Amino acid sequence: MTPLASRETPQGPLRILRDDDQAPEVPIEPGELARMYRTMLLARNLDDRLIRLQRQGRISFHIGSLGEEAAIVGSAAAMLPADWIWPCYREFAAALYRGMPLEAYLDNMFGNADDPSRGRQMPDHWTGRAWNVGSVSSPVGTQIAQAPGMAWAAKRRGDDVAVLVYFGEGATSEGDFHVGLNFAGVFKAPCIFFCRNNGWAISVPASRQTASKSIAVKATAYGVAGVQVDGNDVLAVHRAVREARERCRRGEGATLIEALTYRLGPHSTSDDPRGYRKEEEVEPWRAADPLPRFRRYLEQRGLWSDADEERVTAEIESEIRAAIEVAERKGPPPLESLFDDVYARRPWHLEEQYREALRLREEG
Amino acid sequence: MAVMNIIQAVNDALRLEMRRDPSVLVMGEDVGKFGGVFRATVGLYDEFGPDRSIDTPLSEGGIIGTAIGMATYGLRPVAEIQFADYIFPAFDQIVNELAKLRYRSGGQYTAPMVIRAPCGGGIRGGHYHSQSPEAYFIHTAGLKVVMPSSPADAKGLLISSIRDPDPVVFFEPKRVYRGRPVEGRITPWDQDVPEGEHTVPLGEAALLREGRHVTLATYGAMVHESVEAARLVAKEGLEVEVIDLRTLWPVDVEALVGSVKKTGRFVVVHEAPRTCGFAAELVTLVSEKAFLHLEAPPARVTGWDTPFPCTLENDYMPMTPRIVDALRRTARF
Amino acid sequence: MGSSDSDDLFEVIGPDGSADPALDPGLPQGTLLAMLRAMRRIRAIDARMMMLQRQGRVSFYGECRGQEATPVAFAFATELTDWIFPALREGAIMLVRGFGLDSYLAQVYGNDLDELRGRQMPSHYASRSVAQVSWSSCIGTQVPHAVGAAWAAKLRGDRTVTVGFMGDGATSEADFHVAMNFAAVYRAPCVLCCQNNHWSISVPSDRQTASSTFAKKAVAYGMPGIRVNGNDVLALFRVASEAVERARSGGGPTFIEAFTYRMGAHSSSDDPSRYRDQRDVDEWARRDPVAVFERYLTAKGLWDAERGAALGAELDAEVLEAVRRVESHGPPAVLTMFDDVYAERPWHLEEQRQQIQNEDQRGEDG
Repeated sequence: MTPLASRETPQGPLRILRDDDQAPEVPIEPGELARMYRTMLLARNLDDRLIRLQRQGRISFHIGSLGEEAAIVGSAAAMLPADWIWPCYREFAAALYRGMPLEAYLDNMFGNADDPSRGRQMPDHWTGRAWNVGSVSSPVGTQIAQAPGMAWAAKRRGDDVAVLVYFGEGATSEGDFHVGLNFAGVFKAPCIFFCRNNGWAISVPASRQTASKSIAVKATAYGVAGVQVDGNDVLAVHRAVREARERCRRGEGATLIEALTYRLGPHSTSDDPRGYRKEEEVEPWRAADPLPRFRRYLEQRGLWSDADEERVTAEIESEIRAAIEVAERKGPPPLESLFDDVYARRPWHLEEQYREALRLREEG
Repeated sequence: MAVMNIIQAVNDALRLEMRRDPSVLVMGEDVGKFGGVFRATVGLYDEFGPDRSIDTPLSEGGIIGTAIGMATYGLRPVAEIQFADYIFPAFDQIVNELAKLRYRSGGQYTAPMVIRAPCGGGIRGGHYHSQSPEAYFIHTAGLKVVMPSSPADAKGLLISSIRDPDPVVFFEPKRVYRGRPVEGRITPWDQDVPEGEHTVPLGEAALLREGRHVTLATYGAMVHESVEAARLVAKEGLEVEVIDLRTLWPVDVEALVGSVKKTGRFVVVHEAPRTCGFAAELVTLVSEKAFLHLEAPPARVTGWDTPFPCTLENDYMPMTPRIVDALRRTARF
Repeated sequence: MGSSDSDDLFEVIGPDGSADPALDPGLPQGTLLAMLRAMRRIRAIDARMMMLQRQGRVSFYGECRGQEATPVAFAFATELTDWIFPALREGAIMLVRGFGLDSYLAQVYGNDLDELRGRQMPSHYASRSVAQVSWSSCIGTQVPHAVGAAWAAKLRGDRTVTVGFMGDGATSEADFHVAMNFAAVYRAPCVLCCQNNHWSISVPSDRQTASSTFAKKAVAYGMPGIRVNGNDVLALFRVASEAVERARSGGGPTFIEAFTYRMGAHSSSDDPSRYRDQRDVDEWARRDPVAVFERYLTAKGLWDAERGAALGAELDAEVLEAVRRVESHGPPAVLTMFDDVYAERPWHLEEQRQQIQNEDQRGEDG
């Protein structure tokens, strides 16, 4: 395999899955390939179900990953169990791949009493410390500055731990992108900056985000490696991230990966893209859907069949249905939880405010 | 007259000012072609083109920093921060640059501009789509801070803010963007808004309800909860004077102090957390200027000193029952 | 030259004072001598101010020593209608663009002659009269302003170009990033110039970024990035003129890295002997921009030691006399403190002003 460090825009994005559905030299175990595909399928089904729940008014919001499943799952699969991922907000599939149970994710979607963040955040703002998954924040790009700090800390401790941080191309305009990349370059932090260039920051196209030739080329400004990859090719994404992971292990520092993909759905359930983009633009990207592409590869290798597809889809649907039923029935978090976790211990003024809130609720 | 909601009133104000003054422009994330995520700038792109209805890269620091340069050069930018929660990447530009430019240059350079930002909770937005950060900006000398509560005020105050020679941070209470709460439910606005030229001067509060027993000062979405609370306690014979501050800074101190001198009792209501919130300043002002008139300790009805929650947001915000409770306690003291 | 490879260093004057005729901008004799005079005048002011600072007559000072070529080249490359957004070491551009020496020095003293009414520290020069915009000590904040003003000029259809300056440390700030990005996306008619003087107080430029040069950062934004010898006033003049011309003719922004060295301390509050090797400083002293330019002029037969000595004496006397006049001024009136916070004083400032006035009166009565 040729090293990727120098593979930037002029040569075109890295691709492994060919048009004839073949792919050379795939060093991934068949079991893992199937698990990757299953997670992509789960994400696709979840998105569909959650959007319907939102329309029915049963959850308040959902921000999906339609069309970006390969970028999300391929990257998560290339990381090691001791590594960390810092999500943006579309990467629930990465958290699920790393072992976060479906129930925990749905508890957050309903903001119920079992939600790991106790109903304090919006839907799709999950936290998964147990699976080395950071905490989602809505302000765009803030995690990009935090991830290299964590990576640098791991390096200073001598741990073989790398950090994968996700963001969209819109986030590259934020100051936090700049400072995160610069610090990672100066301190040679074992950090992988994974940009899902999905074409759209809500209504603003990627071409209005920057005048640079690509996102990957921005790596030059920070002295880190820059790689552009076909984000709908799950095998190429896996390889790009795995190689970046190897660079981290070898002490060669950070990599900026630009995964070229497309946001097939709206920004979130609060958005309607018909106001700013034409269906003709979306069509070719529907044709490049990462799921059938990966499925065809698995099928020609004999790793997947129509029967598998049918069986797994049914499994997934019933898992989702069961988990939603449980999560929806759980009540809201207790009033007390409103005043917990502001500090390690509740200070006098919050104790007072808690008692006041309790009294008001009882009297009200 | 036309019936408008706050979003339509904001849109109307922007359109009129852009027609009146070619130096006025709007800029921000998704404000151009899309017309803003709350639709406040809808139609401006079609009428004024991409140079005056500008989609910017996703960068609050860049939006405010470059808007300062534009304003210094003589344009009149109205910059939108998509949610007030996202204003902090631009905090340095606002606090250290925008607020101080006139002063540090001996009055030679100024950057008159407006920063519009939807604020406040009540839309299940959690930590990052709900905050009310007005106190940070009120605390900063050189900025004016405005928050309307109704469509007519939104239009009149926004036009005045655009014409003001100083930078104005203009917060819009998004919970009441499209309607107002009546008996706990958001119903569409029925308020008439003057068509065409309509200004509301900065620095003047509005007296929404006269009363002899307690003065209640509030602003933004909490105006509606407060008016409702005043209506409820009126049935018990408690007459509450409700003041909508509208301009938070410089605040209409005469309206405030004059009313407290009459009632002797003072309650402030805001959504932002209590500690070092604007209520603290208002209570101090009243204590300094009307101390001998006070018959009861002034009360603050505010958000709790916790980050803004999601599921329990109605327990967090000072809704009508909490206001009623504070009014009764203050009156009984 | 255009978008040359950003690792190359563009130079005109060689070590012996000779210049490649293909690169020499061929300026008239009068302009060349005016440039030298401007550089030496800045140096004379710096020397006097540092001396006065040590005597306690000036509170703080950030000198430009070793970096005089950049402000002078840009002053000559711009028109008076262009706007300047300086950082700490480019304030003297306004002197070259015609601002009076007394008023300039008054900004160091912050006295009642100071247009800025004593509100800023020394070395924070600005004046609307020469389109030099007020800047803050916060690093890099002026760069988005320069872009915004240029963008405004473009929207208005003016031919104004803006120049925004920064040090190498400022490139690490988020404001640098957002400014470069907005400048390129909107093709704002501006020139953004980074004086890489190797030091951000005590932090060397190679700890500021892992990028091999600063000029290279322009690639990330899709604009030309040019690396120029910052101690070569003619190279700077050429690069700056071409960038200004490109901006004015609709070609968009340019990023310039002026490769130079901070010969003095960061400011009068700093002691560089604690963090840098004197040998580096000595090495750079051989490339002193004033000496380099004097060698060039000497080679052309326009300069000699005698003329150099005469100019030195003349400038020292000019500065000394100006200092004497400026020092005769007192501080600004105390009540001016309440002006310029807003266009008009609101009630609370009126009250606070009144309070000081009353205290003053009580003081006089007592």
